[in-house]
Order: sequence, then C-alpha cells, then structure tokens
Amino acid sequence: MEEVKAMMAGNVWKIVVAVGDTVEEDQDIVILESMKMEIPIAAEESGIIKEIKVAEGDFVNEGDVIAIIES
Amino acid sequence: MSYMEELQKRVQHIEKGGHEKYHQKNEEKGKLFVRKRLELLFDEDMDIEDAFFANCMDDSLPSDGVVTGIGKINGQDVCVMANDSTVKAGSWGKRTVEKILRIQETAMTLELPILYLVDSAGARITDQIEMFPGRRGAGRIFHNQIKLSGRVPQICLLFGPSAAGGAYIPAFCDIVVMVDGNASMYLGSPRMAEKVIGEKVTLEEMGGAKMHCSVSGVGDVLVKTEPDAISYARNYLSYFPKSFREKPQSYETKEVKEFEKSIEDIIPENQNAPFNMHDLINRIIDEDSFCEIKKKFAPELITGLSRINGKSVGIIANQPRMKGGVLFPDSADKAAKFIQLCDAFNIPLLFLMDVPGFMIGTKVERAGIIRHGAKMLAAMSEATVPKISVIVRKAYGAGLYAMAGPAFEPDAVIALPTAQIAVMGPEAAVNAVYANKIAELPEEEREAFIKQKQDEYRDDIDIYRLASELVIDAIVEPSKLRKELMKRYSIYEAKNVVFTERKHGVYPV
Repeated sequence: MEEVKAMMAGNVWKIVVAVGDTVEEDQDIVILESMKMEIPIAAEESGIIKEIKVAEGDFVNEGDVIAIIES
Repeated sequence: MSYMEELQKRVQHIEKGGHEKYHQKNEEKGKLFVRKRLELLFDEDMDIEDAFFANCMDDSLPSDGVVTGIGKINGQDVCVMANDSTVKAGSWGKRTVEKILRIQETAMTLELPILYLVDSAGARITDQIEMFPGRRGAGRIFHNQIKLSGRVPQICLLFGPSAAGGAYIPAFCDIVVMVDGNASMYLGSPRMAEKVIGEKVTLEEMGGAKMHCSVSGVGDVLVKTEPDAISYARNYLSYFPKSFREKPQSYETKEVKEFEKSIEDIIPENQNAPFNMHDLINRIIDEDSFCEIKKKFAPELITGLSRINGKSVGIIANQPRMKGGVLFPDSADKAAKFIQLCDAFNIPLLFLMDVPGFMIGTKVERAGIIRHGAKMLAAMSEATVPKISVIVRKAYGAGLYAMAGPAFEPDAVIALPTAQIAVMGPEAAVNAVYANKIAELPEEEREAFIKQKQDEYRDDIDIYRLASELVIDAIVEPSKLRKELMKRYSIYEAKNVVFTERKHGVYPV
C-alpha cells in the first residue's frame, strides 16, 4: 500500500486516474495547479488505485495524501 | 622463530583483520572486507600503506581498525582512509585517530584527493581520554577536513554506520555515497533517542541511507551495493582535477546521443505545461556523460557533472516535471553546495533555466526561504569559473537571479526562442495589476479583458525586445545549442578572475 502525497501546496486541477485503474511507476495520478504551473503528481510504485482522497478544485497542502495505491 | 618468520606471521595476522565471526556477519549484510573494498577502488593494488602495524602489541586490534595509504584511481594518486568494521566495529582508538590525521596531512602536503571509506561505530569509549578531547584527538579530523575543503576533492563512501561525532566526516566531504540498507548517519542511536528524549524510531527511519539521500540531504547518492558505490566514486573523480590548482582532465569528445525527437519537439509551447529537463540535458551533453548528484533530494532542481566536448561542465537545471521547477529552501541549498563544488575545482557551470520563481506561502517563509535563497545567489555570484546561462523557457522573478541571470556576471546569457523573462508570468502579472479593475467589470467582459491585457504583457516581455535591449547576448536555435556551448566554453577557458579581495564573505547561512 502506497500513499501518493502532494509534493507541494496547490489546487487539484485534474484527476487523471479513477479508482480501480492499474498504474505504472511514474504515471501521473493528479495534476495540481500551483505557482501558475501544472504540477503532475506521479505514482512512486505501480499498483491499483484503491482510493482517491481529493476532488478537482480542492486545496492540498504539502504532504497531504492524494490517493492510495495497492501494489 | 627467525626474524623473517616473525615478520611474516605478524603480517599475515594483521592482513586478516578482526575475528572470523565478524567477517561472517559482514558477509551476511553484503559488506565486503576493507582490503577487498580497496582492491576494487584502486586501478591496481594500493601502492603504499602506512602504520600497518598500528597497535600491533594488541593482537585483537589489527592496524587499530583502519587502513590508510595511497593508490591510483584513473591513473591519479589518491589518499584513502578505510575503517575495518571487523576490528571492534571499526571504532576509533588513539592510533586510529592518529592514522586518519596523518593521511589527511599527507593529502594536504601532496595536494591529493582523499577518500573516506566509512564503516565505524565511532569513539572507543575505553580510550576516550587518549582519542577524544586533545590536540590530536578526533576533533582534529574535522578541523583537517575543513582545511582540505576546496583544496582537494574529498569523497565519502558510507558502507556502514557513521555515528555520533563520526557523522561529521561525511558532512565535511564534497560528496557522500550511501549503500542502501547498510549505511547510516546519526548523532544519537535509536536506543539513545528512546532513553534520552523518549522517541521510538527505527535506525532506517532516523538515519538510514534512503532518508538522508531524499529528506535531510546529508547524503548525495544512494546505491544498492558496495561495488556500485566504488564505481560511482571512480567515475565521479574523472570529472575533477587532483587539486584546486589544476583544471579537470579532458577526454575524447563523444557525440551527443541520437534521439527521435528534437529539442524543439520536447519543449511544450505552453509555458505552464511540464516537460522532463533530463531530455534536454541528454541532447546537449556528450553521450552517457551525466553524473547526477542529489538525484532524490529536492528533485525540482537537477545538479550533476557532465562533459561537453570532452570537458567537465557542472549543470544546474530547473526540472519543470517536479514541483513545476519552483525553487524551495532545499533546492537552493542543493544548488549552493554544487556551485561551490564546481567553482572550487575549476569546473565551468551551465545553468538551464525554466523557473517560475521561488516558492511562496507560510510554510516556506517559516523555513527561511529568503535566507536559503540568498545562499544560492551568493554561491552563484561568487563563482568565477566560466558561467553560461541558457533561458530555456520562463525565467521569472528572483528565479532569473538565482539561475545566473545577466546581473551576476555570467559570460553569456543565451535564450532559446521559447524564452520568456519577466518579474512574473502573464497570468500573475495581469492579476496583480488589474485585480480591482477585473472585479469591477461585468462578468461577461472579464475574460476578453484579461486576455487582452495578457497579450499586451507578452508583447512587452517579448524575447526579441530583451535582445534588442542587450539583456540577453544571443538567441540560439535549439538544434544549435550544443555547438554554441562548445564554442563558448572553449573560448571562455581563458577566463582568469578573482571575485573580490577580502578575508571571506559573511555567508547568509
């Protein structure tokens, strides 16, 4: 089980996976918008998306859990 | 027993290191014997070894737990001190410390690089009066390291623990390579932490290799095995001269690796969309010449050694793929140390800019981002080696300054046609200037107004306008960037300047 965490504060701009999806290492999970930049947050391990803890438009702080991957 | 027999017997005993059971224990952990490590490290055998007989009146302490000597790496003489963890866990007695001091002083006298192969439990408490507090005590090791810093390359390969005071050996090295699972650094062990402050924590969490190479930044390079650590060190040294008096060795030029996609193809037009800066780096340097430092720490900024035209170049590059390439306190620290490292050993610098600026918000202000950013600016500003900045895409705010912008005496500022220089990006600027006006407008008019003002702003910061005002020195086609850099570095080799005269600056640490 791996927690995908926000690497910096920002708004959730796009969620690009859905619960149940299989993802590879380095595959983007969500894209944040911060400092006027698109910030992709990628999976550190491959696995299946078990839970997505944010919605588009949410503010997340650095370290907040965005999704949970089951490997 | 004849004289010869006695000598041979003693040599054989000492060469074997500590008790067999400790050798076995090390083997189970994937740890090599100290003499095996040295065999892998040097081109051939170690040429000279001193104080092999240290503490030989005590059979249980062969060489007093440390091997010191000189051998060759890539044909270059280097000094080495290597702990033997089969001898009292590599702990330091009086003679251990004296041996370390002497090899450091040899490195100082001969101006040779020095490697520290660390695998030690720290001070031998039973010997503390002899090895801890005095003039030739362990503190002197760090004093010597600080004196050697910037004179000769200092490299630490961490194979095991580096505990308490001993943890400062890596801290004063130019680079620390850590073997995952075995290497660790900490001032107080988990056992001590529980006793003294009541914290329950594992060694891996508190001072393990992964933690130090990704969170604390005390480690620079995480490797899987000891031979990996050794081959990293051999390769790393190939980018360096033996001391600050010389320039790095040149190698035969390797062509750039061939890729299907050109630089133009990989850089998105939308300034806010991410791309992988490594893809650009690989398209301008000699094939397979990138030696990355602190890959896992503050990855929003890439630092590494490379070769362009067969010559060493230190690269500092924003990574838009991570944290948007925004600068943070950790990225600023990472840059400051890397710039100092290259400048100390006459390695020219290349800045690749695609930076939205420094991070803002409560969290980073409380972490002292201004103070950390100032360190990066100071190191970059003081560097007198050839410096070229390439504006790949955006260069906003103090990001332009920190990445060797025009005011900091780079030898050239080169822009790609995708470059954009400004105090801030168009979206932020229009919002900053017209926020009230936008709020007053009827909603249906807002979008058109914002777009019009953003377009005006873009015209105002147009890269040709900045070239016309001599802010940048050249606009270069992406496919010709490598050629341009080769020519310029070759010409700037003649650079020979002193930054300023003084005892030393007062660093904003």
